[in-house]
Amino acid sequence: METSTAPLPPNPDPCLNVEITKELIAQHGLLPEEYEQILKILGRTPNLTELGIFSVMWSEHCAYKNTRKLLKLFPTEKQDKNAIGQVLVKAGEENAGVIDVGEGWGVAFKIESHNHPSAIEPFEGAATGVGGIVRDIFTMGARPVLLTNSLRFGSLESSQVKRLFRGVVSGISHYGNCLGIPNMGGDVYFDDCYEGNPLVNALCAGILRHEEIQKGAATGVGNPVYYVGPGTGRDGLGGASFASRELTEESAEDRPAVQKGDPFMEKLLLEACLEMMSIPGLVVGIQDMGAAGLTCSTCETASRGDAGIEIDLDLVPQRETGMNSYEIMLSESQERMLVIVTKGRERELEEVFEKWDLHAARIGEVKEGDRMVVRHKGVVVADLPAKSLTDEAPVYDQPTSEPAHLARAREWKVESIPELDPGTVESALLGLLQHPTIASKRWVWQQYDHMVMSGCTVEPGSDAGVVKLSIAGINKFLAIANDCNNRFCYLDPYAGAQIAFAECMRNLACSGARALAVTDNLNFGNPNKPEAYHMLKECVKGLADACSFFDVPVVGGNVSLYNEHGEGAIDPTPVVSMVGLIDHAERVTRSGVTEPGLELVLLGGLPHELGGSYYLQTRLGKKEGTCPSVNLGAEKALQDFLISQIEKGIICAAHDISEGGLLVCLSEMLFDGEGLGASLSLNELGESGRLDALLFGESQARAVVAVNPQNLDAVRQAADQLGLPFNSLGKTNDSDQLCIEVAGNAVCNAKVSGLKSAWESAIPKHMENA
Amino acid sequence: MKVAIIQFPGSNCDWDAEHAVQDVIGLPAGRVWHKDALPDGVEAVIVPGGFSFGDYLRCGAIARFSPIMTDLKNFAGQGGQVLGICNGFQILCESGLLPGALVRNDCMEFRCLNQPLKVENSNDRFNTETLGNQLSLPIAHGEGNYRADEDVLAGLEANNQVLLRYQPNPNGSIHDIAGIRNLAGNVYGMMPHPERAVESHHPCLDGLPVLQAFLQPLLQSSPVEITA
Repeated sequence: METSTAPLPPNPDPCLNVEITKELIAQHGLLPEEYEQILKILGRTPNLTELGIFSVMWSEHCAYKNTRKLLKLFPTEKQDKNAIGQVLVKAGEENAGVIDVGEGWGVAFKIESHNHPSAIEPFEGAATGVGGIVRDIFTMGARPVLLTNSLRFGSLESSQVKRLFRGVVSGISHYGNCLGIPNMGGDVYFDDCYEGNPLVNALCAGILRHEEIQKGAATGVGNPVYYVGPGTGRDGLGGASFASRELTEESAEDRPAVQKGDPFMEKLLLEACLEMMSIPGLVVGIQDMGAAGLTCSTCETASRGDAGIEIDLDLVPQRETGMNSYEIMLSESQERMLVIVTKGRERELEEVFEKWDLHAARIGEVKEGDRMVVRHKGVVVADLPAKSLTDEAPVYDQPTSEPAHLARAREWKVESIPELDPGTVESALLGLLQHPTIASKRWVWQQYDHMVMSGCTVEPGSDAGVVKLSIAGINKFLAIANDCNNRFCYLDPYAGAQIAFAECMRNLACSGARALAVTDNLNFGNPNKPEAYHMLKECVKGLADACSFFDVPVVGGNVSLYNEHGEGAIDPTPVVSMVGLIDHAERVTRSGVTEPGLELVLLGGLPHELGGSYYLQTRLGKKEGTCPSVNLGAEKALQDFLISQIEKGIICAAHDISEGGLLVCLSEMLFDGEGLGASLSLNELGESGRLDALLFGESQARAVVAVNPQNLDAVRQAADQLGLPFNSLGKTNDSDQLCIEVAGNAVCNAKVSGLKSAWESAIPKHMENA
Repeated sequence: MKVAIIQFPGSNCDWDAEHAVQDVIGLPAGRVWHKDALPDGVEAVIVPGGFSFGDYLRCGAIARFSPIMTDLKNFAGQGGQVLGICNGFQILCESGLLPGALVRNDCMEFRCLNQPLKVENSNDRFNTETLGNQLSLPIAHGEGNYRADEDVLAGLEANNQVLLRYQPNPNGSIHDIAGIRNLAGNVYGMMPHPERAVESHHPCLDGLPVLQAFLQPLLQSSPVEITA
């Protein structure tokens, strides 16, 4: 094996032949000790191209250097080997995880962030976020079948936030609609902590046969390495490390640091790749060029394949002139893929890409050994051990320190909050329904094509989005939900992350779906700040423990750190996304009630905790209090009950209690029917003895279900057997009034159509003339 | 195949149309690549929705130069049955097989919803007797705002060429027009997606009679049982 410690020849582009100074190392985001490690690995000084390659591969984004140890806490496979949803491709092994959904089919899915690009250029940032995650899915060999997004913005009162919100939604709409993948909505929260640092997390799921799973590995010495997709430009260079203007004579001031997406190109690439992968034995390995572009795809495929790889940059299709090796290797131009095919079958690949009018350029081949060798203009410009870039990246365990506000949250007393005057229940309810986090998100998802591919079964707006897997020809339904209430994570990171998990799984259960696996997107502040790292660590522990408790593994995800704005870090936001499966059409359940005469039943007990609630936010402008308690056993009892009763066909509708509490939950359940109302009563105030905590508290492990009156006794008995608290509230009717009595006193008598109109018009009103 | 569904680069409702015609209605259907010839024996052609050629320049403006358009024009010229859905409607207008044009929605945003529509008495296939007075079909477009000059509009109205009208109007379309046919009655175009309303998990089944009305000449010659 050749290991050269002699210096490389000068780069053919003289501007790259510079001395590697301390400043240059710092500009590349590398610590002095990291640079020492590079010197040891190479046995010589790296040149500038090599320094750039190390800087992107050892960045947080590619190497997870601050989180890799923490991520090991997540269970990556099911403990119960007989359960549906066995993990076929584990987290971190490939571009996305894959789980079994039965009958020889698998589902590949993953979430990824595009926060910083979206803050700078909301339309392109969000659009390319969709593009990147879709490539991760079809790289696995899967046909994408759904998209969702988790979005977080500052207050919608701000004109800057409105601009970001509109730009992000239209970017997602533009890219996803053109691809023809249904976007099932997702979740959107508005909170001051995201002012200046919005979160744009995009999820894609795809379906494939087990035997169609592709690997991102370069194997088979002599196999050719192909570059497919449009040409490489200088776009996205700044995103990877530092600005290109310091490297070239020409000014690059007007060059966007954000990549520019072309969804038409991606659609062609998607179809061409799936067509190519359907040819038996042709593709050896495939990897998309996402973050760190050509660099990441070459060294990762070589590293996974335990092989060497050699590429020639003169053969890389380019759409700009005069690009040097640094720029070509670090460009993040979109819609490109690296493909390794079986030697001798090159024409088969080329014919597919000719049909789709796409570039397919042979740029190198798989080699013996372990080196990644890059040539440009006849000169070796980089020669590195591939595994040093992937497996030998530094790993850190940062110091932690508990932020002071956590102790205050624990010691908080509800008595500090003035009691609610029963005469103001209705105005409090209206205030909640109009908060953009709770208000209808139709403004968002009516811009997304959620019906393409003929699979949409439960449209966005219910507890989970559901698509029929018609395209695979199977009679099963895939359900998807995303959740994370940042307020709870801020007040108690461990419990808050568990609540995100529990609520997500509860949303699936309310839809009739059994949860299969998780993909998570950890959005946090600067890990070098001990307080931010404490929040990260506690959230990961909480999430990992919940995953283990429910035997729902994590099969992939993304970490986005350094989410900071003028006043500090964003609230911890570990977005949890879960896919679930529904086996029969009749088990698909919605959150809305559509007929009068049904019994509404509260499961899980009377809510009694006000801490961290949206009530405190909308009434008093406070983000404070003790995070609601988490009882995973109670959560499991509730969800087992929901699933078993839905499978028995007894539940007509189910909606979980979350943001806004019981009264918001009940209101939302009535919005799907024309002129529906309900007359409901609660005998007592419950544990808290407070009306506000009962009606608006966000206690966990609770849901409201609608059942036919003749089934009420059977449902009650089933709940009793599980020890699940059960409160029959009363019936739906056709009065268009929501009437509620608590302990004999009427506390609410509101027109449902009025509540609905406030809930539906809140976001459109903010966005009018914005 | 009896029903050909043309696949352009960027088409994305081609599978949906094939599924509705073949698996639900039961007529042999298949996709035909835009660089290939229209196969012999085809009795009806669907130009599906999507973003042909990325909708660059104008929706449908590049697709009209695709090799298959010569065959399609000959097929239509000989009285062959043609239906353009969404982007397919835009392509038929751009290629001159149907009059008028589709421009950006007046709300300037993409709209995806189950749209109520008023049925017009257009001909012996598309009328209130076969389709009912009202129906709902999914729409999903950013450029569905139908435009035509006064003379063309007057002609469309005088000759009962309007098939469906929006109720209410989601995109600013003139005369609330959602779908039209040519004068001869063999070329049809509509922005709504009948292929997305044919199965029990869809928002409704109103797409079935619409597709059946279009495919009626084929269904008469080989009746099939609808199981949806």
